[in-house]
Formats: sequence, structure tokens, C-alpha cells
Amino acid sequence: MKHLAFAAGLLGASAAFAETPELTVYTYDSVVSDWGPGPAVEKAFEEVCGCDLKLVGAGDGAALLARVKLEGARSDADVVLGLDTNLTAAAKETGLFAEHSVSAEYALPVEWSDATFVPYDWGYFAFVHNADAAAPADFKALAASDKKIVIQDPRSSTPGLGLLLWVKAAYGDEAPEIWKGLSDNVVTVTKGWSEAYGMFLEGEADMVLSYTTSPAYHLIAEEDGSKAAAAFDEGHYMQVEVAGKLANSDQPELADQFLAFMVSDAFQSIIPTTNWMYPAVTPEGGLPEGFETLIAPEKSLLLSETEAAEVRDAALGEWLDALSQ
Amino acid sequence: MAGRAQPVSALPGTGAALLVAVLILGTLGAVALRAEAGSGFGASDWAALRFTLTQAGLSALLSVGLAIPAARALARRRFPGRSLLIALLGAPFILPVIVAILGLLAVFGRAGWLSSLLGMFGLEPVQIYGLHGVVLAHVFFNLPLAIRLILQGWQEIPAERFRLAAQLDAGPLAMWRLLEGPMLRRVAPGALAVVFAICLSSFAVALTLGGGPRATTLELAIYQAFRFDFDLGRAALLSGLQLLLTGAAALVALRVSAGEGFGAGLDRAVRRWDGQSALARSLDGFWIALSAAFLLLPLAAIVLAGLPGILSLKASVWQAAGNSILVAALSTVILLWLALPMAAAAAAGRRGLTELSGILGLAASPLVIGTGLFILIYPIADPFALALPVTALVNAVMALPFAMRILVPRAREVMGRYGRLSLSLDMQGWAFVRRVYLPRMRAQTGFAAGLAAALSMGDLGVVALFADPDFATLPLQIYRLMGAYRMEAAAGAALLLLMLSMGAFWILDRGGRWHAEA
Repeated sequence: MKHLAFAAGLLGASAAFAETPELTVYTYDSVVSDWGPGPAVEKAFEEVCGCDLKLVGAGDGAALLARVKLEGARSDADVVLGLDTNLTAAAKETGLFAEHSVSAEYALPVEWSDATFVPYDWGYFAFVHNADAAAPADFKALAASDKKIVIQDPRSSTPGLGLLLWVKAAYGDEAPEIWKGLSDNVVTVTKGWSEAYGMFLEGEADMVLSYTTSPAYHLIAEEDGSKAAAAFDEGHYMQVEVAGKLANSDQPELADQFLAFMVSDAFQSIIPTTNWMYPAVTPEGGLPEGFETLIAPEKSLLLSETEAAEVRDAALGEWLDALSQ
Repeated sequence: MAGRAQPVSALPGTGAALLVAVLILGTLGAVALRAEAGSGFGASDWAALRFTLTQAGLSALLSVGLAIPAARALARRRFPGRSLLIALLGAPFILPVIVAILGLLAVFGRAGWLSSLLGMFGLEPVQIYGLHGVVLAHVFFNLPLAIRLILQGWQEIPAERFRLAAQLDAGPLAMWRLLEGPMLRRVAPGALAVVFAICLSSFAVALTLGGGPRATTLELAIYQAFRFDFDLGRAALLSGLQLLLTGAAALVALRVSAGEGFGAGLDRAVRRWDGQSALARSLDGFWIALSAAFLLLPLAAIVLAGLPGILSLKASVWQAAGNSILVAALSTVILLWLALPMAAAAAAGRRGLTELSGILGLAASPLVIGTGLFILIYPIADPFALALPVTALVNAVMALPFAMRILVPRAREVMGRYGRLSLSLDMQGWAFVRRVYLPRMRAQTGFAAGLAAALSMGDLGVVALFADPDFATLPLQIYRLMGAYRMEAAAGAALLLLMLSMGAFWILDRGGRWHAEA
């Protein structure tokens, strides 16, 4: 019986400790790293919430959704941050997410109205190349050129899936021909973004699938202006990154507070130079110096989440067909 | 053999084998049970199966084919820096995939050293992408292991045999027929099976150097099922197929590698009197130089890339390095705990089950094991709190196949030589283990422990699924650095990882190398 009393005492003590409420946010890996937005966000939010913000990294966007599905309703997570519009349809289907009540003046190039997910940043996919080399102006010119590109596999990487949907959104039923034309330009396909970008920097390819904001990293953090993104006339496919609150959260108020904080200035001003994406709401101070040098696509492409979910499997089949020849 | 009296009981080893089998098959089962009705086997899966078998077969043949002359040369020659070279040769095997790929590309890539050299003579750059690129990378990864496994075979030929052969004035052909041929027939199939099985579950290497979706392996198909479709049923099905393939390869290898050893020797350092001709010397020199250049140049590229970044690494990278060391240490202890009794059990006659379950770790997909463990652990405990022990355990199981290949032949020899003597002295159980088994297994134990520690240090595997915000290992941190564009810091961290893995291997394997010294 002594043990029981001891255990009860311990439990009581830890309950007393836990008076600061804890908000658990699942996110992708690069957010929680020292160089990502995680540390600054944690500090800024903890200053206003009187809580302990716990950021948990779980691979990339797709792995994040898989993780939430595995945990189901029993998940410790209160908020999931880092899904994109290609994943939100599947995320909603799980029924694990609750609606939010956040409204903001979004700086997105597309209309945003989603009852479940709140956007926190966005960017355009683009082919990044060395600034001193000429770049093709669309997919057809790229296919006709002898430029070598490295892309990511859509089956294992979110940018890879983005490119698949980019070609599909720009060309629709013509997509298979575009891929056939591109197949001799593709040096190789990698498992994820890191492999591909590393190979590009090693000089293995002329261009790599990344974001229009990638050159901003080199310019601002490394004072290196040698990288540029190629502007494509068809328009650029967007990635809108979102967060949502879990229906079974034991901290629903805190979760709401976090989502509202996420579109506030304190959070949004951290995004550009840590996540290297565009903030969803332009911060008061505007974008950091250097962002004005980036290409601004005239046309923004984005399939709605239902369209994206519908064409995904067919687009993968076309891609596999064209590149497996 | 079963049923013959042995100085140690096979029970602990059989128990360990069962534990491993339950872990691997249980996690697979957990994934399958969680699955909703999914799609079956499609045409693309068959294509993935074909490609997987082709590349793994070629990689195994080439790795072992090249390892035989290289190991023979290393076994026959003594030269300054030999033991350092043997230790360094282990390095590629333990590198995280992305680091190794970038190292290989620095040498063999379109903008690599070799291509620049060819360019100076007006020749076309090397074309590395394709099936041959996959095989090249797999040989880079596995040649060192194959060399070490076969080199060990040479070292297990008792010194007395070589002395006798020299006294009888045996020529190269006779040496081959009497000593080297039979040894290779015992050792090579095991090495082939191990390399084949490792290459079966390759995915990032095969995809990146394969040049595109043609190079889809089963493991990528598992990845797709899990990540793209969240089709757990298909992931489990594919993973089961991968297990069957590896199991089959292992069974074949175990059958052909059966056979008796060379009998007792007195563990004298091996001295060789053969192969003294100028031709033999230069041939051996050629093989050693070739394999050293092939394995060391990409490592040199990694070192060069990492030097600028390694001094400015942040505290979090050092902390991750500390975590990696902790995981590696724990994993090595678990491995020895499993592998030494299992090797004893295999030597005492319980071959099939024990050795087979030892090799399953090669075939298990880390993604499926990790997911399965997650499904099993999640209802009862906090996965984050278990990140360290789970990672260490899974790493140990993954290293078990290598440890078994290293330990079992020696254990069989020890039992064969000393078993009856010990029984007649009534030295059994723990006394036998302490006085005969463990001391006699020292060299192999060191090698196995070194390999396990180094492998665990470089492994990304399951930690990604269990990662705690405050618990990152070094390979995970390298990916995080790259994800944040910090390529220079990532290269520095990769160099740190290389040094840690090599250091761990070198320290633990010291015991293993005394046998190899002249």
C-alpha cells in the first residue's frame, strides 16, 4: 500500500507541475530545426499564451498526414501545421479536424475560403538555375532544350507531387506529351528535395525543381546572387501551406489562439527568412530586402483540393508511363 | 548434428531468435491488421519486383566478384598502413545514403572528378545514371563488407595449414584446390546472400542513380503505398514479399555454405609463403590499389566538402551527435546480447531457424517496422519517450544479419574444436561461455560490434517516425540542415558522422584486427 500512496503522491505532484497548459503542434521537420521558424515561433507564442508550446517534427507533409492517420482520435496533437492543398482533401476525409474561426487579410494570389484549414505561408514551384545561364520560358522550351533537370519523385516527396500537378494544371490532357518531351531532360529523380537540391549544387544538373523563393535564401543568408528561378509563361503552380486544429484536442481554446496567432504579424514576419516562403499575410514591415529580386509569376496555378485529389492517380500514371520508356 | 551433446544450451539463442522473428513479423502483422481493404498487386509492382531482383543480383555478383581478389591480396600482403586501410574500407558501408550519393557524384558524376579528367582529354563525361549507376553505388556500399567477410574466411584458415602447404611446396593451383577454393565455397555464398539481401531493400540509391521511375524498387513501392496512398494493406503485402525473397536467398546461401571447416589450429598469426612471384605481387598490388581508390576517393570528396563546415557546427548538431553515440552504444549492447547466444545456438545445431531469423532484419522495411512498432506501442506508451530504446533495438535487429555472418562460422569452429574436450572436462554452461566461447570469439565479436555501432550511427530508419522534438540523431540533423538550405553545415555534419562511425568501428574492431596483423 505504501507504493500506491507513493505513486499517488507522484501523480499529484506531476499534475501540479502541469498547471501551465501544453499545446502540441505536429509539423514537418525543417520547421523544428534550429534554422527553421520553430524556435522563434515558440518563443513569440509562449510570450502571449502562458502555455508551453511543443513543436514535434514528423518527416514532411505527407508523413505528417500519415502520422495523424495512424494516431487517429487519440493523438496528442492539438494542431497540425504543414499540410498543403494537395493533402487537405485526404486530411478532411479523416474527420479528425475541426473547423476554425480565423479570418485575415490574406496576401495569397488566389481566393481563400476554407472552413477547416488556415494558410500560413505559400510559394511557387519553380526550376532554380545558375543566374548566369539562360533559362527556358516554358515547359515546351525546356523540353526542346538540352537543359538537364533534377526532379523529385511524386510518390515520395511533396514537391515532386507539386510538379506533377503543375504540368497537369497547365496542360490538362496534353500533360503526357509534355512529360514525353521532358523525359530526355530529366537527369534523374530523387526521393526528396534535399537529394535533388544537393545534386544541383554539385553541378549534376542545370536546373532543379524547387521554389521561386530559393534564390532569396542564397541572396539573403549567403550574400550569393548566383541563383535564379526560371519564370514560366504557363504560370507557376502554388503550394499553400496550412494548419488545422484537431477535433479531439484537449486544448481547443489554446489551439484556436495558436491559429489566430499564426496569421498575426509576430508569426508572419518570421516566415520569409526562416521557412523561405511567402507569408500568408504580409507583415507590417513588408517583405525582407532581397525578396523584391525574385520573379513574380503572372499566372498562379492551383488545383482545388478536390480536383487535386481526383487527378492525382491519373497524373502519376502518365508520369510513370512517360519516364519509364 | 542436432541432438549431439554440446557444452552450451541452445535455449537462450533460440529465445533471442524467436524474439527477433516476433519483432519483425509482429510489426508486419500489426501493419496488415490496421489496413483497410486495399488494392492488390498491380503491373507496376511486378515491374518493381523485376528491377529489384535484377539490380540486387548484379550488385551482389559484382561486389563479391571484386571482393575475392581484393581480399586475397589483402590476406597475402603485409604493408604499412594495411590495418588502417582495412578499417577505412569499412566506411562506405555505414554512410547515410544521401552523404554517400553526394560523395559518389563528386567522383563519378557529370561534373565529377572523373568526368573533368576525361574532359581534359576531350572525352565525354561519364554517364552514371542508369542500372550501371545503381550497381556502381551498391558495389561502393557493399564491396567493403564483402571484402571483410571474405578476408575473414582467409584468416580462419589455420596458420598451420599454410605452413604445411609451404613445406609440401604447393603451387598456386594446389593452394587453390586445397585451401582457398574450399574456404570460398563456404564463405562466398553467405557474402552473396548478404549483399543481395541488402540491395533488395535499397530505394533512395536505386531511385537517384537509376535515373528515374524505371528504377523503382519494392521498397519504393512500399513507400508509395504508405505515403502516397496510405494503403497499409499493400505496404504490408509488399513488405511480406520482400521478406520472402530475402528468406529464400538466405536459405539457398545457408544450404550451399554448409560444410566443415579446417579443423583446429593454434591461432598463430598467419604467415604466407606463397604468391611471392613478381606477377603475383603486382596483381595483388593492382587489386588493392583499385579497391582503395574506388572506395577512398568518394570518402575524400566527403571529407573535402565537410572541412569548411565542421568547425562552425551549432550546439544542436553536437547534441544530435551525442544522441547518435548513445543510440549506437545501446544498440551494440543489444546486438551482442542477441547475436552471441544466437551464434552459439546455430553452432550447437539449431541452424535453420536461428540463422534465418537473423537474416530477416535485412529484408524488413524500416518504414514498416517503424509503423508497426508505432501501432503496437501507441496504445500503451508515449512513442516519444521510447525514441531512444526503440531506435537502438531496431538498429540492433538490422545489424544482426551481419553479426550472424561474422559470428556463426567462428562459433561453429569453436564448438567443433573444444566442444568434446570441454564436455569431457565437465565444463559446461556459463563456465564454457566464459572460459572458451567468449575469448575465442573475441576477434569476431569486435568486428560485429564495430559494424553494429557504425551502422547504428549512420541509420536514419525508424527515428524519423519516433523523433522527439528534443531527440534528433545526427543523420536526421543532416537532413534538417539540408532542408534549411544549410548545405555547408550539412556537409560538416556529414563529416562528423563519418568520423564518429569510423571511430566507433575502429575502437571496437581493434580486437578484431589483432588476428589480421603480421
